[in-house]
Amino acid sequence: MNVMTSFQAEGQTRRAAQAHIRKLKRESPFHPRLAALMQTGAWYDWGGNLAPMSLWEEELEFFAIRSQAALFDISPMVKYRIEGPDAEAFCNRLTLRDVRKLRPGRVHYTAWCDDEGFVLDDGTLFRLAPDRFRLCCQERHLPWLLDGAQGFDVAIEEETEAVAGLALQGPTAFSVLRAAGFEGVETLKPFDLADFLHEGGMVTVSRTGFTGDLGYELFAQASQALSLWDRLWDAGRPFGLRAIGYAALNRARVEAGFIVANADFVTAETALRADRARLPDEIGLGWMVDGAKGHFNGRCAILAAREKGGARHVLVGLEVEGNVPAEHALVYHRGKKEVGLVSAAIWSPTLKRNIAIASLRRPYGDTVLDDLWVEIYALRELQFAKLMKRAWVVPRPFLKLDRRTATPPAPF
Amino acid sequence: MTSSEAFDAVVIGAGHNGLVAASVLAKAGRKVVLVEAEAEPGGAARGETFAEGFRSPGLAHVLNRLHPEVIAALDLKSHGLAFGEPAPTAVLDRDNGPLILHGGYGEEVEGLSAGEAAAWGELRARLFRQAGVLKPFLVRNPPALGRLSHGDKAFLGSVLLSLRRLGREEMREFLRMVLMNVHDVAEEHLSDDRLKGLLAFDATLGVHLGPRSPTSLLGLYYRLAGEAAGAPGGQVVPRGGMGAVIAALVRSAESAGVALRTKAEVRRILVGDGAASGVALADGTELRTGLVLSAINPKTTFFELVGAPHLDIGFMRKVGNIRMNGAAAKLHLALDGIPAFAGLGEEHLRGRIVIAPSSDGVERAYNPSKYGDFSREPVVEVTLPGLADPALAPQGGAVLSAVVQFVPYRLRGGWTEARKAELLEASLALLERHAPGLRRLVRAAELLTPADIERRYHMPGGHWHHGELQADAMLFSRPVAGSSGYGTPVEGLYLCGAGAHPGGGISGLPGLNAARAAIRDGESRKRTSFGFSILKRSLSEARP
Amino acid sequence: MKVWDAVVIGAGHNGLVAACYLQRAGLDVLVVEKNDWIGGAAVSRSLTPGFLYSNCSYVCSLFRPEIMRDLELPRFGLQVIPYEGGAVFTQDGDYLAAYKDHHAHRREWARFSPRDAESYDRYSRDVTRQCRFIQPLLMRTAPDPTSFRPRDLSELVYLGRRFGEMSEDEIALTVRFWTMSISDFLDEYFENDVIKAYLALSGIIGTALGPMSPGTAYVLLHHYMGEVDGAVGAWGFARGGMGAVTSALARSFEASGGTVRRNAPVEKVLTADGKATGIVLEGGEEIRARRVISNADVKRTFLKLVDEADLPEPFLRRVKNFKIRGSSGKLNIALDGMPDFPALPPNSPCLQGDLHFTDSIERMERGYDDWKAGRWSADPFIDMVIPTTLDPTMAPPGKHFMSVFVQYCPPKLEGRDWTDADRDAFAETVVSQIADYSPGFRERILHMEVRTPRELEAEVGLTEGNIFQGELTFDQLLFNRPVPGYAQYRSPVEGLYICGSSTHPGGGVMGAPGRNAAVEILRDAREKNRHVSPAYDVL
Repeated sequence: MNVMTSFQAEGQTRRAAQAHIRKLKRESPFHPRLAALMQTGAWYDWGGNLAPMSLWEEELEFFAIRSQAALFDISPMVKYRIEGPDAEAFCNRLTLRDVRKLRPGRVHYTAWCDDEGFVLDDGTLFRLAPDRFRLCCQERHLPWLLDGAQGFDVAIEEETEAVAGLALQGPTAFSVLRAAGFEGVETLKPFDLADFLHEGGMVTVSRTGFTGDLGYELFAQASQALSLWDRLWDAGRPFGLRAIGYAALNRARVEAGFIVANADFVTAETALRADRARLPDEIGLGWMVDGAKGHFNGRCAILAAREKGGARHVLVGLEVEGNVPAEHALVYHRGKKEVGLVSAAIWSPTLKRNIAIASLRRPYGDTVLDDLWVEIYALRELQFAKLMKRAWVVPRPFLKLDRRTATPPAPF
Repeated sequence: MTSSEAFDAVVIGAGHNGLVAASVLAKAGRKVVLVEAEAEPGGAARGETFAEGFRSPGLAHVLNRLHPEVIAALDLKSHGLAFGEPAPTAVLDRDNGPLILHGGYGEEVEGLSAGEAAAWGELRARLFRQAGVLKPFLVRNPPALGRLSHGDKAFLGSVLLSLRRLGREEMREFLRMVLMNVHDVAEEHLSDDRLKGLLAFDATLGVHLGPRSPTSLLGLYYRLAGEAAGAPGGQVVPRGGMGAVIAALVRSAESAGVALRTKAEVRRILVGDGAASGVALADGTELRTGLVLSAINPKTTFFELVGAPHLDIGFMRKVGNIRMNGAAAKLHLALDGIPAFAGLGEEHLRGRIVIAPSSDGVERAYNPSKYGDFSREPVVEVTLPGLADPALAPQGGAVLSAVVQFVPYRLRGGWTEARKAELLEASLALLERHAPGLRRLVRAAELLTPADIERRYHMPGGHWHHGELQADAMLFSRPVAGSSGYGTPVEGLYLCGAGAHPGGGISGLPGLNAARAAIRDGESRKRTSFGFSILKRSLSEARP
Repeated sequence: MKVWDAVVIGAGHNGLVAACYLQRAGLDVLVVEKNDWIGGAAVSRSLTPGFLYSNCSYVCSLFRPEIMRDLELPRFGLQVIPYEGGAVFTQDGDYLAAYKDHHAHRREWARFSPRDAESYDRYSRDVTRQCRFIQPLLMRTAPDPTSFRPRDLSELVYLGRRFGEMSEDEIALTVRFWTMSISDFLDEYFENDVIKAYLALSGIIGTALGPMSPGTAYVLLHHYMGEVDGAVGAWGFARGGMGAVTSALARSFEASGGTVRRNAPVEKVLTADGKATGIVLEGGEEIRARRVISNADVKRTFLKLVDEADLPEPFLRRVKNFKIRGSSGKLNIALDGMPDFPALPPNSPCLQGDLHFTDSIERMERGYDDWKAGRWSADPFIDMVIPTTLDPTMAPPGKHFMSVFVQYCPPKLEGRDWTDADRDAFAETVVSQIADYSPGFRERILHMEVRTPRELEAEVGLTEGNIFQGELTFDQLLFNRPVPGYAQYRSPVEGLYICGSSTHPGGGVMGAPGRNAAVEILRDAREKNRHVSPAYDVL
C-alpha cells in the first residue's frame, strides 16, 4: 500500500469511528443480557462503560458469591496484549515480580511503578504463551507501555473492547463450568489458565478472581460474548447462578483484602498532588519487589527508599469495634493523634466482623500497633452519630476459604 | 573475550571532551583507556581531506570558549597550544561597508557611528555583566533543584550576591532580559543593522531558534561567558589551526598516561545490577571497569550502548525528548587563492566573517527551517583556516570553511543530491555577492548537511551541542531533569560530552566537570561502601 | 471644587473592579469613560437591531470567583454558563472534538491516536499541577526581588517556600512551562498533529508569538488557570454577552455609591510636585482627586496622559520598550440561522463550544510568519463561538450571533496604516475560510462588524490593539509587569496607580489586576480592605 492510500484508509477508519459519540457511555458486549436482568436501574460509569452497580438486590447478590455462583462482567477492565520475542523481557522490566518465573499457562498478580518507584497500577499478568501475555488492570497505560517497548522486540495492543471478560465466582462456580462442558477445568489450580473451545473459537479460562472465593475468569472475543454468557447461564441454573453488580463484588473483595487502584491508593500517573503517590512498600505490595531479578522500572528508587527508610506509609487491615462500617474514617493513635485514613470498610456478612482497609503513617501500623482508634461519622436521619471506636491491625485477607484453593474443587 | 588489562576507567569518544575527561582522570591517578571509533582522535574538530591537497578544519573552525581551567588542568600550553591575538569578526554589508569587531567581542568596532558606538559600548558592558552572573555555573555540576546540597545552596547564595552586586537597576535589567529574545534586546539599544544582525546570528548559531524567539538571548550569554586568549567573548584561530588544539589535547592525555585506542568502536556499555561494569567493543573485546565516561551523544549512549532493559521508562522518555535536530550545515571550499571580500583587508581574514544582513534577515533565514526547508538567503559564518594552518591547502590555494544556517536535519522530502546542490548554489551565490570572483576560485566544494554531519561525526541529528541548548535544556535540565549533570541512572556511568552541562563548543568543560564529578563520587563511595551491605540486608528482608 | 478620593480612568472591567473595592472601602470614587458606553473590552454592543455582540472579549473563564462574590456580581445580573468543549475541522473532512465526558473525549481522540488520547491524561495532570501552583499567585502582588522591604522579603520567602515544596521533576516542569514553545512542549506528550494543533491554540491566543516560539507554553497556562464554579480550566459564556460582566460591575459600583461618567475622555493626568492631583478631560474640564487610577495600558497611561518630565529616565525607557503588539482581529457576525457544518454530526454539542479550522501547528506558525512580515495571515487561525446556542438573549429567536477571533493580524501593514479596503480584504480572508467548511455561510450573514487592531485601538484604547495590554512573555510577567521596579500597581508619580491588564497577572477578563491594585491603594491610604477576600484555597 503506498503512502497516499494508507493515509486515505486511515482517514476512513477515523471517520467511521465518529459514531462512538452516538452513545455517551459504551455498552459492554454483555449489555443485552445485563440490561434484560437489570431491575434496580443502578448503572454506573466504569471507565466510560455502562456497568451495573446492582442488578436486583445487593445483599442477595453478595450471598450469590459466597453461597452459589455469581457472574460479573469484567469487560471494562483494561486489557493489553503484549506479544513478541522480547515479551518476557519487556514484562520483566515493566513489572515488580520476576516474569521469568511465570510459566506459560499461569497468571500472577503484580504491579508496576514509575521511575521514582511509585505505583502506577496493580493488575494481573496472564502468560498465554511463551511469547504472549495479557495484562489486565484498572487504569490505562498505553503511552507508558509503548514508550517502555522501545528497545524491545515486542508489539503492544490494547484489547479492552475486543476481548470480553466474565468473572464466575462462588462455591458452585466449578460445577457451573463443568455443567457447561468445560472439560478438564477441574485440573486448573489457582492462577492456572487454559484455553477451551467455544463456538469455533477459544475461551481462555483462568482460576483467578477478586472475591477470595472459588472462582474463574473467562475471556473471549467480544463477538462470542453473548453465546458464552448463555452457555454459562443455562448450565448455571441448577447451581443458583446469579448476575451481580459491583456493590456485591466490592464487599467480597474487601473480605478478601484486595486493594483497588484509585480507591485504596492513588496511582502515580493520576495524582495531582505529588505526595499522594505510593511506593509498593506503602500499599502492601512490597512482597512483589524482586530485587534479585535484574533491572525493572523503579528498582533503584525502591531499593534506595528501603535503604533510607523512604516508605512513609503502610497499608493495613483493621478490625473495628462495633458494627458500623468505618468508611473514610480518620484513624487515631491514643484517640488523639491522627495517623491515617480508612479507604474501604464494610460489615463483613461472612465473618460477622467489622473490617476495614486503612493507610497509616509509619511507624503506626508498622511497629506501633496498639491503641488505634477510628472516628466514624454515621449519618442517621440528618444527624451525624460520631463514634470513636477501637481498631486492631489484623492480617489480610480477612477471609480465607479452603475452597478457593482446593484442586480439584468440590462440586459446591 | 575479556581484555586482561586492568583499567580504572574507560572514556568513550576521543573528541575534545573525551580527551579532557581522560586526562583529568589520569592525572588523578586513574588508569584510563580512551576508545575512539575513528582512526584519528579529535571528534568534531577532526578535519578530513575533501579535495586533493585540501583538508577541512572539522566542524569547529574558531576557538572561543576553551576554558582556562581546562588549559591549566591539562597544561595545554606546555603541550604546544599557542594562541595569537584575539581574531576579529567582520560583518559584511554591501551597501554600508563592513563592520569589524576587535578584541573580546567588539571591544572596539570599526565602522560604527559615534553614537552607535556609545550605545554598543553600553549594551556590551551590560551583556558582559549579565553573562558574568551565569559564568560561575560553567565550571561546576549544575545545582539539582529539588535536592540541593549544602555546597549548591552556598553556590546559589553567591550567585544571588553577585546579582545584588550589579546594583538595583542592573539586577532588574538582568531579571527582565534573561529570557528575552535577542532581536528585542538589540532593537532596544541599537540602530545599526549590521550589529543587530551579528548579535542575532551569534545568539542563534547552532540552535533552532530565530532572533525573535524568546529566550534566544541566552545563546549570546553563552558566547560571552566564554573567553579566548584572555579576552572574554573573544575568539582565536590557534597557531596550527584546530588540529593543533587536538594535538595538544592528545599530547597532554598521553603524557598523563591515557591509553588511546583508535578504531575501537564501542558496541555496548556493560551493565550489571544497575552499575556499569565496562564496555564491549565491536571486535568483541570487553574492557572491564566500574567507571565509564561517555563523551558521545546522550541518546546514543543510553539507547544504543546501555539499552532499554537497564533503564527506566520515564528516563528513556526524557532522553527521547531531547531535541537534537541540527540546523546548521558546514561548507568547505577548496580555492585556488584567497578570495577578496569587499571592504576587508588581509588582517581581517584571520578571524571570522559573518554574513547576516540584519536581525530580520536572520529571522527570515530561520523561518523555512521550521517546516523542513532552507532559505535561499542563508546566513553564514566564514573562516579561512588555511591562514593559521598552512597544511590545509597546497601552496597558493586556500580553504574556506563556513557554517550555513538554517539548514534542517529533516528536509521535507529528504536530502537528495539535487537539494544539496540547491543549497550549495544558494551559499555560493551569497558568498559571490560579498566576495566577487570567489566562484572562479572554487576548485572543489564539500557541503555537509546536518544529516551528513550525523553520519560523519556520529552525532544524532547532526547537532553539535548534542541537544538543543535552550532554556529548558540547560543547567539542571541538561541532559535531562532529574538526572542532570554528569552521573546517570547507571551507577559508574557518566556523561562527559556536549550533551551534558554546560553544552557544546570547544570548551572542554563537560569533560573536566564530569571527570571531577566521577573522582569525587569514587572517593565518597569508598567512604560509604558499607552502604552496600545495608542494601543487601534490606533486600533479604523484603517480605514474601 | 469637589475633590474625589479617587478617579479611575476607563470603565473597563479592571477599572470597575478597582473602583468597586475602593468605593466599598469608603472612598468616594469617580470612574470616567471616554465612550458613551462602559465596559472597555468586555462589552455587549447592539450594532444591528435585535443582536447583542460581545464584540471584543467573547468568553469568560479567568474572571476570579473571589471578585464575583466580593462585589455581589450575581445579584447585579452576572451569570456565567459553562460550555462544552469544541472542535477543530480537518482538511480531509473530518473533525476532532473535545467533550466534557472524560471517556467520550478519550474515544474521540483515539480516533486520531490511541496513544495521544491517553497521553492527554498525563498532560492534563501536568497542566493542572502547574495551574495549582500559579493560581494563588494571581491574587498576590508580585514582590520586588531587588527590595529589602519586609513585605517583599516575606513574599519572596513565600515563593521560595512554594518552590521548595516541589520535587525536582515539578521544578523542571515549571521551567519548561515558562520557557518552552507550546509546540515543543506538546511534542513531549503527543504525536498527532491535529491534536497538537487543537491544544496549541491556547498558547497563541492574544499573543504576538507563534506556537514554535518559546514562552507560548506559559501563554497556554494563562488560558487554563481560569475556572467556572470550581471547574479549573473550564470556559463559559456570560449571559447577555461579555458586557454582562462590566454592567454588573457598574451596577455594583453605583449601588455602593460610586459615580460613572461616560463621554469623558481624559486629556492629561494633573500633577503637582510629582503628585497626581486629578485629571483634565478633553475640552479642558478639570477633575480633582486625591489619587488617580488608570485602567489604560501602561503605554497609553504614561506616554499619552502623563507629562514625560514627571517620569524618571529608566522608567520612561522601560515603558517605551514595553512590548504591546497587536496580533489579532475579530469578526462579529449576525446570522440568519445556525450555520451548517456538514463535517459535524447533527446536533453536535461541539457547536456550543469553540470551533477551529487550523489542523496543524505548521499552519498556525505560517500564520505567524505572515504577521512578522507585516501581513495578516493568509491562512488565519480562527477561534469561533456561537454563544446564542446557550444564551438566547443575544439574538432574535432562531437567529445567531457568532464571534470570530482571528490571528494573526498586525497593527500596521508592512509599516503603513490600515485602510478600510484592507479591513474588508482581511474580512474576506476569514469569511472564505469559514465558508469552505460551511456551505451557504455567506448567505446567512445579516450583518458583520470587522475589527482589526486599528479599530480596537481607536475604540477601546488598547495600544496597537493588543488584547492583553502587553505581551505575556517572562520579561513582562510577575515582578517585570509592566516594568521592573513598578510592578506593584504604583507609578513614579505619587498617587497615580495603574490597574489594567498591563499589570500582574496580565490580560483576559480576570479582574485580578483591578482587585490587586485596589489592595495596594487601600494600603497606601491606610484604609482597611475588609471587603477584599483572599484568594480561595487550592486544596
